[in-house]
Parts: sequence; structure tokens; C-alpha cells
Amino acid sequence: MSETVKTKAPKEPLFSKKNRKLVIDPLEDNNPVTVQVLGICSALAITVQVEQALVMTGSVLFVLALGNVVISLMRNLIPSRIRIIVQLVVVASLVIIVNEVLKAFLPDMAEKLSVFVGLIITNCIIMGRFEAFAMAQKPWPSFLDGIGNTLGYGIVLVLVSIVRELFGSGTLMGFPILGDKVEGTGLFATDWYANNNLMILPPMALITVGIIIWVQRSRNKALIEDH
Amino acid sequence: MKFLERIVENMEPKFAKGAKLEKLHPVFESFTTLAFTPKEVTHKGSHIRDGVDLKRTMMTVIIAMIPCLLFGMVGAGHWHYVANPTTDVDVTSFWASMGPKIWYGLGVLLPLIIVSYGVGLTVEFIFAIIKGHSLHEGFLVSGLLIPLIMPADVPLWMVAIAVAFAVLIGKEVFGGTGMNVVNVALTARAFLFFAYPTSMSGNSVWFGGQPDGFSGPTALGELATFTSDDQASWAFQNISEFTSKYTMEASWMGYIPGSIGETSAVACLIGAAILLFTGVASWRVMVSFFAGGLAMSALFNVWGANEFMLLEPLHMIALGGFFFGGVFMITDPVTASQTNTGKFIYGFLGGFLSIMIRVFNPAYPEGVMMAILFMNVMAPLIDHYVVQANVKRRLKRLKTA
Repeated sequence: MSETVKTKAPKEPLFSKKNRKLVIDPLEDNNPVTVQVLGICSALAITVQVEQALVMTGSVLFVLALGNVVISLMRNLIPSRIRIIVQLVVVASLVIIVNEVLKAFLPDMAEKLSVFVGLIITNCIIMGRFEAFAMAQKPWPSFLDGIGNTLGYGIVLVLVSIVRELFGSGTLMGFPILGDKVEGTGLFATDWYANNNLMILPPMALITVGIIIWVQRSRNKALIEDH
Repeated sequence: MKFLERIVENMEPKFAKGAKLEKLHPVFESFTTLAFTPKEVTHKGSHIRDGVDLKRTMMTVIIAMIPCLLFGMVGAGHWHYVANPTTDVDVTSFWASMGPKIWYGLGVLLPLIIVSYGVGLTVEFIFAIIKGHSLHEGFLVSGLLIPLIMPADVPLWMVAIAVAFAVLIGKEVFGGTGMNVVNVALTARAFLFFAYPTSMSGNSVWFGGQPDGFSGPTALGELATFTSDDQASWAFQNISEFTSKYTMEASWMGYIPGSIGETSAVACLIGAAILLFTGVASWRVMVSFFAGGLAMSALFNVWGANEFMLLEPLHMIALGGFFFGGVFMITDPVTASQTNTGKFIYGFLGGFLSIMIRVFNPAYPEGVMMAILFMNVMAPLIDHYVVQANVKRRLKRLKTA
């Protein structure tokens, strides 16, 4: 790998072009959800409300950024035959911290996210970044990579949840936007409008992600695979 | 015709390559070929010599739907006046005072058809222009099927959303007509069923403009309300009550409330005759679908654990959308199995599952929709195994020889 050779090179600035690329790349061209199709499970589960998506992104940000640093620091100590177990232990302990913090300070949100916080352990993005990046990189680039990937994941999550919450419940962040037929509340209340129940069901999250992928690929032809 | 032809000929240069309206050529072409056969023909290697093309096939299906359409129109009017009795309209008989009933039914059906075609064709035209190919014919049939499987009372904006969703996600995403995995019309219905359940099922949607407090579920909906008590003696009493309210004759003729086009088994059978006579629909799929439905309901009838199961098989298949689904939906050649053996399996399982969903899950009395969509997805798998079985058989023959 070219990076390992460069370890002896003179110290590079903290936000060099290469390091900036680590953060920006996953936002669009190498998005973990829409391009690598990782972390789809949580994109389906917790995108019913924007608030949930934001908390989830925050949790993943903590786990992935810190986990990447920890793994990167230990990368020369981990025997390669048991590396998956070591990685799992690191994720699991970080996730437990997140879970406890959420339970202590945001009990309502913890209730809503329920099992999905625990399931961050199985989020493919995290193990993927540990394996593909942190195991071979220094702590600082690993940290940036973790942030970049989480932001890429978070953007998709928030986009999907905006669509789902707006049309499924007529609210955004719990604030009523589109009127409800029964209650007649909201910014744009009409008496004929009805919320779309399908938006709350998981299939619509998949379709929304699909549409995002569609839009992204028609804008960026380089992402389209050859057949 | 000569007059039309002259107009078309005069307009053609405007849409030619390099001319002003070049971009709209797909639109022009699709409208002209509605009436005239295309000018361009296959130059070489064409093996089928027949005047029938996709557009002609689609027109046959539309003609086959006309009995259902007309019946649905009268039905929509009839049930409206049952719910809102007036002195002028006689509702004691289905066929009495046809004038106001047809007039009302037309007022329900025409906007539905216009919205369905308008929205669907707009999406299709946009895709045709972006992709630069001519307009696909597929929506001709779907556009008429969709109004027929809607309740008379459904708001038009919901229909518009459902049609846009079905054409976009159900069809264009997969590559347009002929490439769709699931039936477009049923996708629209399934969308509405899950998105706006209160407008699609339940007690109040089957009658046009009913006053508050008038409750009238469909026959199947009413059957589903029975299933809460499971004592056998109750079940027998309930079912005899049910069959006296919705008699066998009424169910077959379609004198029962339901979605616009689906109520009458007889009207569907007329359509089936047209489709089978012209060879547009596969008799294998259609026959095995009904066989599957009858087999399942006969099995349940022997079991007889609740009201649904006690219903006679011939009565069971006449209710709900079973006939409409069996004639117009499951026979859709794009989403059905392609192999002959596969068609039998596909149709049979479709009918089988329809009744099974209906009986086991009273929340989805319209199991036909679910069953057909499910079989649409399974059709390639069935084909795969049929082909593999054939390959195996032939290999065996090769060895023995």
C-alpha cells in the first residue's frame, strides 16, 4: 500500500489535501449507503423520524470515529487471526457507552431507538471501516475517515427520514407541517390531505434510498457500473 | 379515416428529425399509431407475419374490459342511491331506473379514468422524451384497469399519486413496458391499500357520497366481521344469514358492493371469453387460477372452522376481486410465467393463495391482490425450475440412449 510507504515521509499538515479527501469522499462519490450499500438495515429501521436519524448518526459518529482511532492505535498489536474478535470487542464496548449515555440523558429517545442502538455493533459500515481502513492507517487519518463515513451515512439517513416523516406523519422534528385531516393542525393544513401510511412502513425507506441512488447516479455517471 | 390521415400527414414534417418539434416525436408517433399501423416495418429477419402488434393486443384487452366497465358504472350509481335514497330512483332492483344510475356512475368513473390516463401517460411521455424512444403501449391497459379496481369514493388526488408511483417505481425503474416485475395496476392498488387504508377498505368507502353513519362493508368485509366468535353453531347461523343477504345469484351477477369493475363475475366472464377467443390471455393461467381458488375453498369447506371456510367454493370465488383478478390481472403476459408448465403452476398457486390469504387474514379480505403480486415476484423462479427440470429430463434421456 502506498500509504504505508509514506509513513517515513516528512510530517504532513493535519488537513492536507489527502486528509480532506478522507472526509469529503464518503459524502458523495464513495457514500457508504448509496454507493457501497452498507448500513441499509438501520436506514430502514430508524428513519421514521428525523430526530431518531440524527441521534443515530450521533451515536454512530462516536462509535466509528473513536473505534477507528482505537483500532488504528492497536493495529500493530492485534494478531491478524483474531482481529475480528478484537474489533468486535472495541465496537461493543463503545456501543455500550453510547447506550448508557442515551438511557441516562435521553431516555425517551433511547426508548424509541430501543434495540437499534445495540444493533450499531452489527452496522456493516463500522466493521467495514475497521477492516478496510483503520487496520492499516495512522490514528489521525482513521479519525477523519470515521467522521467522513458517518457524515455520509448521516446525510442519507436524514434525507430519507425527512421524506418519511414529512409525508408519513406530516411533521418535521415533531413540528407539524402538513395538516392532518382529523386534527386540522399544521403549517399547511388542508382538510382533504391525509398522511401516507406506506411512508411509515419499512419498504418505503428502501424505495426512498433507491430513488436517492438513482438521482445520484444520473448526476454522476462515473458511479454507474459496467455490465 | 381519410380526413384523419391527411391531418397526420400534414403534421408529420414538423416532428421529423431536425425540425422544430423533434423532441416531441415520440408523442406524435404514439398518437398516430393508435389509429394507423406504423409506417416503418421490420426490414429483415421478421418471423411473425401478422397484423397484430402490441397496440392491437392492448386494444383487445380494453374491449374485453368494457362489460366490467359498464356494469361498474351502473353499480356505482346503484349503490350511491341505495345509500342516499331519493323518490325518483328505484333501488329495489339493480336494473331499475337506469338513467340516473348510469349518469351518476359516469360522473364517478370518467374523472377516475381521466386522472389515471392523464397522470400515467404524463409519466410515460416524460420518460419517452428523456430516453428518446417511442412511447410504450403498456399503459393503455393499466390506465383502464386502475379505475376499475378502485372504490367509487376514492379521492382523485390519491389515485393520481398511486398511478404516478406505480408507473415510476413499478415499471419505469425496471425499464418500461415489458420489463416490469409486478403488475402495474395492482401496484397502484397496493400502494393505496397500504398508504391510505381508510380510503381503500373499511365500511364507508364503497358507496359514492354516503351520508354520515351509513355503514356498508363489502360482502367480504362483512364476512370478516363474523370471524371473532369461533363457536361452530354460531358460524352456521352466521353463514346462513350471510348467504341470504348475499345470495349466490347476486354474487355472480354482481349485485353486491365492491370496487367499481370487479363485482360482476358474469361481466368478467364475458371479458374472459373475448380474451381467450382472441388468444390474448393464456388459458393455462386463467383456468388453473380458478382451479386453484376452487381447490383451496373446497379444502377449507371440508375443514369448516369458521364462516369464511363454510362458504361454498362457487360462492367464495364469486365474491371480491377473484374473477377480475383471474381474468385481467394474473393473465398479464409480462408478469406471468413464460413456460407452459410454469403457467399452470403460477395460476394454480395464485388462486390457491388468494383464497388462503382471504380466509386466514381477515384484515386483508382482498387477498387476490396480495396473491397475484406475490406470484408475480415468484414467476421467474417457477420458470427457472421448470426449465431446469426439463434440462434434467433430457440429460437422463441422453444417458440411457
